[in-house]
Amino acid sequence: MVPTAYYLILAAMLFSIGIAAFLIKRNVITIFISIELMLNAVNLTFVAFAHMWHQVAGQIFVFFVMVVAAAEAAVGLAIIISIYRTRQTLNVDALDRMKS
Amino acid sequence: MSAVQENYLWLIPLLPLAGFLINGTLGRKLPRVVVSTVALLFTAAPAAIVAWLWVTMCSAGAPDAIEVVSRPWIAITGLTVNFAFNVDHLTLIMLAVVTGVGFLIHIYSVGYMAHEEGYWRFFAYLNLFMFFMSVLVLAANFLLLFVGWEGVGLSSYLLIGFYFKRKSAANAGKKAFVVNRIGDLGFLLAMFLLIVHFGSLDFSQIFDSITQHPEWQAQGAHFLPAICLLLVLGAAGKSAQIPLYIWLPDAMEGPTPVSALIHAATMVTAGVYMVARCHVLFNSSPLALTVVAIIGAVTAIFAASIGMVQHDIKRVLAYSTISQLGYMFLACGVGAYAAGIFHLLTHAFFKALLFLAAGSVIHALSGEQDLRKMGGLRTKTPITFWTMSAGVFAIAGIPPFAGFFSKDEILYRTFTSPNPLHITLWIVGLLTAGMTSFYMFRLWFKTFFGEQRAEQQEGSVHESSWIMLLPLVVLAFLSVVGGWIGVPSVLFGSNHIEHFLDPVFANPGAAEVVASTSGHGLELALAVISVLTALAGFYIAYLFYYQKPGTAAALAERNRPAYALVSNKYWVDELYNVALVTPLLMFTRGILELVVDRGIVDGSGAAAGATIRGLAWLERKQISGNIRSYAGWLAIGAAVVMAVMIFGRLHWGTL
Repeated sequence: MVPTAYYLILAAMLFSIGIAAFLIKRNVITIFISIELMLNAVNLTFVAFAHMWHQVAGQIFVFFVMVVAAAEAAVGLAIIISIYRTRQTLNVDALDRMKS
Repeated sequence: MSAVQENYLWLIPLLPLAGFLINGTLGRKLPRVVVSTVALLFTAAPAAIVAWLWVTMCSAGAPDAIEVVSRPWIAITGLTVNFAFNVDHLTLIMLAVVTGVGFLIHIYSVGYMAHEEGYWRFFAYLNLFMFFMSVLVLAANFLLLFVGWEGVGLSSYLLIGFYFKRKSAANAGKKAFVVNRIGDLGFLLAMFLLIVHFGSLDFSQIFDSITQHPEWQAQGAHFLPAICLLLVLGAAGKSAQIPLYIWLPDAMEGPTPVSALIHAATMVTAGVYMVARCHVLFNSSPLALTVVAIIGAVTAIFAASIGMVQHDIKRVLAYSTISQLGYMFLACGVGAYAAGIFHLLTHAFFKALLFLAAGSVIHALSGEQDLRKMGGLRTKTPITFWTMSAGVFAIAGIPPFAGFFSKDEILYRTFTSPNPLHITLWIVGLLTAGMTSFYMFRLWFKTFFGEQRAEQQEGSVHESSWIMLLPLVVLAFLSVVGGWIGVPSVLFGSNHIEHFLDPVFANPGAAEVVASTSGHGLELALAVISVLTALAGFYIAYLFYYQKPGTAAALAERNRPAYALVSNKYWVDELYNVALVTPLLMFTRGILELVVDRGIVDGSGAAAGATIRGLAWLERKQISGNIRSYAGWLAIGAAVVMAVMIFGRLHWGTL
């Protein structure tokens, strides 16, 4: 049986990669994907712990996260399209309107 | 019967307060007639109550004292203070002076202030003063007395600075207030000591425990003299004694009725009243009594010497007031409290009269106060002349006017007192009596005799209106007969006032014992000496200012340094300026203003501002609008939280 620590290390690596990509990349879509990567890294830890403690709650959490992520993907992609339509760019550095 | 009395007792201070509130809030819009009606009504009523109280308390079988106690005002562990009023015979005399003379002066003010701006303000303040002064004399504990004490100080300040547009008046008000604060510090410290040692501020409790513990005095307990000396400091501030007398001459910047009421008849005697009220305390400390006597005697002669050369009619009277207050202190200092209170009473009559008459003179001359520009007013203002003459003869100590009996009583008691300095004190008092007579007759001759020197038209000099003359006549009458209640037995009187005050000063002092043994011959001899001194003062003034005007000027010319010393009031104001005010100002400007105020207070404000500004600058850099930088900050924050949770647990245990 694979020790739980391995799963956690993998999850940590995935999460770090997600963060790194989020911070480094400029394309909104890439950033969006990196968020998905982080979410799934978290999902992996949930599943790992659920397996370790033989409890189903972690699995249920994962389903919730997936549902929310799907909804988020739908909304997020819509926002990205809308941004592209108005600004003709997907470079996040150009999207600094929040600094009023 | 007594319940009814108690209810009326509260009205004595509260009615003037009501008058103050009405005039103070609505007075601006009310017509002058209404303002004066309110002010007069709300001072006449307490006077009537006091008269009624006097009658009931003097009737046979009446109690020596009435006490009214409210629910506790301040109740903490170890100390309870009530709103408590106490009326005994001493309070009765003070109340009579305050409400009676106060009411007369209110009447006079209606005429005197008729053309002044701020008419309503004047009467509101005057009523406020009456309120606080009655609280002061009615109070049955030190704290309530202090409330009145501070309150009269406040109204005095307001009224001295009544013409606040004139800078000198505003400054005089401030000076009076600040100098009084110094005295009040003494009073406050005395109260603290009383709380520490007696656990009470109640007069009767404190005095009872002193009489029950004669061993305190025998063992030389230090707290009794300490309390007394601090109280003396307070009294010296309020009653304008050395070293705190300097505010009173300047207080003459206020309207003349104010000088008459507050700075002659009532407020300035509060210190004397307080010492007399605390006679049990003072009797327990011979040291404090000697200090009181010396302060009184020195102040008396010192102020009298200054009064001899002043040219402003009100300033002469101001120094005379200081001098007469010195007499009262002297009386208290030799244990003759009744004599001091007697002089307080007669002084209230004749000094109020003198001030009001001086006001009438000033009025007649359209504001002229300089004695050198007066003269020959005898025929122009006959009623003012005759009434003022009564006052002058009374203060000079010519029998049978009021001042003679009280002053003679003080001198006699000083002479026979067991105090080792008694002869010296008596000589000082006698010299002062001569000087008093001299400067009062100087004022009299200069104002009313000789040629008219006023710079204005003959016809414009006029007698005052009847509303001003009426109080003058009443007070003149009192100045003539007021002393007859204290005619000593040697002059076939019964010294009524002394017996009247017996219940208060019941503790027979040593002076009493000596008095009864020394015989009448001495008393008569001393009386003759003091009358001769007064007549000498009169004669010198007559020579200098009536027969050969100019003699005084020639004399002053010959003794130039001495004259300069006296006419510049011994440079005491200047001395205080150099010794106290300037260092204090330097300290405030150099240390308090530059270092504390600008450095620490303003500096800490500026530092706080700069810190916030710096933080805000950082914050502004952080909020860039760049999504990735936000995410970066978020990640760093999360990393810090995690680091603390993981490593912090290792370092500090459970977090």
